[in-house]
Amino acid sequence: MTELLRIEDLHVEVEGKEILKGINLKINEGEIHALMGPNGVGKTSLGYVIAGHPKYKVTKGNLFFKEKNILELRPDERAKLGLFLAFQHPVEIQGVSLNHFLYTINKKISNKGLNFLEFRRSLLERANLIGITQEFLNRQLNVGFSGGEKKRAEVLQLLTVNPKLAVLDEVDSGTDIDSLKTLTAAITEVNKNGTGILLVTHYDRILQYLKPHYIHVLIDGRIEKTGSSELARELESKGYNWLKQEVYAQ
Amino acid sequence: MMEQLSIREDYKTKYGFNEDVQTIFSTNKGINEEVINKISSRKKESQWLKEFRLKALKAFFSKSMPQWGADLNRINFDDIIYYLDPLSKKSASNWKDVPEKIKNTFERLGIPEAERKFLSGVGAQFDSEMAYHKIREDLEKQGVIFVDPDMGLSKYKNIFRKWFGKIVPILDNKFAALNSAFFSGGSFIYVPPNIKVALPLQAYFRINSESVGQFERTLIIVDKNAELTYIEGCTAPSYSKDSLHSAVVELVALEGAKLRYITLQNWSDNVYNLVTKRAFAYKNARVEWIDANLGAKVTMKYPSVYMMEPGASADILSIAYAGKNQHQDTGGKAVHYAPNTTSRIISKSVSKDGGRGSYRGLVEVRKGCTGVKSTVRCDALLLDELSRSDTYPTMKIEEEDATISHEAYVGKIGEEQLFYLMSKGLTEQEAMAMIVLGFVSEFTKTLPMEYAIEFNKLIELNMEGAVG
Repeated sequence: MTELLRIEDLHVEVEGKEILKGINLKINEGEIHALMGPNGVGKTSLGYVIAGHPKYKVTKGNLFFKEKNILELRPDERAKLGLFLAFQHPVEIQGVSLNHFLYTINKKISNKGLNFLEFRRSLLERANLIGITQEFLNRQLNVGFSGGEKKRAEVLQLLTVNPKLAVLDEVDSGTDIDSLKTLTAAITEVNKNGTGILLVTHYDRILQYLKPHYIHVLIDGRIEKTGSSELARELESKGYNWLKQEVYAQ
Repeated sequence: MMEQLSIREDYKTKYGFNEDVQTIFSTNKGINEEVINKISSRKKESQWLKEFRLKALKAFFSKSMPQWGADLNRINFDDIIYYLDPLSKKSASNWKDVPEKIKNTFERLGIPEAERKFLSGVGAQFDSEMAYHKIREDLEKQGVIFVDPDMGLSKYKNIFRKWFGKIVPILDNKFAALNSAFFSGGSFIYVPPNIKVALPLQAYFRINSESVGQFERTLIIVDKNAELTYIEGCTAPSYSKDSLHSAVVELVALEGAKLRYITLQNWSDNVYNLVTKRAFAYKNARVEWIDANLGAKVTMKYPSVYMMEPGASADILSIAYAGKNQHQDTGGKAVHYAPNTTSRIISKSVSKDGGRGSYRGLVEVRKGCTGVKSTVRCDALLLDELSRSDTYPTMKIEEEDATISHEAYVGKIGEEQLFYLMSKGLTEQEAMAMIVLGFVSEFTKTLPMEYAIEFNKLIELNMEGAVG
């Protein structure tokens, strides 16, 4: 198995406050990892750190992507190596169509040299898979998108750039059951081709459609438990408090 | 500092080069009646025109400098050459007859190619005179006139003199007076009734020599129910000494006419660009100013539409990009002199590296002009903490029955926007360019495709070195 991501004893501060307190995590090619945990424990922060958000200061530890330490790389350099982050809250960019944006990132990342018309044809096929219409592609990037539309647009980016590793931050929130099915089907396809997935989620609903190889539970800046999909079910029935109590009892 | 240099270097190779062209005739530096006498006799002008120029010079001396807007104190009117003619024969109608080096300049700027591909006609000015002027034969046969002002005055005297100096009178402001005194080159266009010119006419203004002032004059008359799109572009070499460009543009849209006037201003950053642009729109006529200001050291320009009769409408779209040491003081004026007239002014300014973008605008509604609608929106985008944006909107509304709206918005590029785009694979510079292009997309959409592409490239060029 080829190793994609290796996180070693990662400590991270934001605005002087430590939010990640020694994360260890390894993701290989083709694996799906789910990162679960209650709100505000640092799940989204971990995604930002992997992608290289400048506000998040790594105070200790290492971050390897394909055996290369990427801590010093800018976000765009990391993206070009094959890292992708689907945002929980994508940012609105006025006056830039989704279409044009996808064409641009495709050019930056995959560099296949498709002209706009060729690209658009292949894009429409992918878009149809997840219920995105031509009209939707002409809309301004994330501007006035509903929660579900935002998630679909992020997943369409994932399909477009076909990364080596994708961090998907709550692609399930705000989506109805039908959208969830189509989105997870698309993610499964990407995963089959070898893309490693780190799925950040609050609920186990998505795990009915996307089977993770590992589940990690993040509590208070640390991964306190790692297990198989069984763990998700246990969490669902007992709640995170059960795990918290277990942690604090130790 | 290095980044700044690279922008200049880039501008220099693409636009800021200069050709060592032989001067055929030039006046000495300095501003006085003698210069006018020389220009007038060189051009073999009528006594009427010479007197017009002399009167304008008096008006120039009598008027004070504007006490508002950009800092103009460093302009030394005695250190400027007011007329420089690089041509022994002007306004050639075949590129073959344009002197080699001048032709090379315009070829490097892509003008003959654009003419072949998508224009109805082209005028190309080099310093003080038009080197080339040509309109497609089919349009000429339909009676469309596209010549330089000298030719306009000699060959089409009646229609020329009917409007010349009437839209922008000599006494309008100090720089209108300056232009009226020394004007040379520019365009005179007349479109006969009901003729719809499908492809745009273009004029290109090129300053080549150091210390030369360029004072072209444009007069466009679109007759009843006729239509025209006109595009002007301009560039200059980057000199350490300041240059002055002061144009006057007068537009007339008669009943039912449609006129769209597009400017892509890309002067080098040593040019003072002080321009008066005004249109009269008659019954049900529509005038659109689409005005983009990227270059220049200082720009002061407020394209105006006077709606003279009912049903007239105005659309003014002003874009300004202010970089280091640049002040773009731009905007628009909508003057409602008749009932049931409509106007819209949209201004978008982008400032970076300490540049300053100012919106200055006027909406005026005269008493008794009922049923007037006017919308003003000015948006500013600041790319860093050093840069500045101000708005100076003026409303003179004398009629209660008018619907007026004004919105202003100042935004900054946020860290979250940059991170979002960078995490998807764009460099910081590319991300900023994408945000800026998105911000001005309302403007870009109005341009013919070829110009939209060119404009986007210009913005990207300006974004280079925006971040360290």
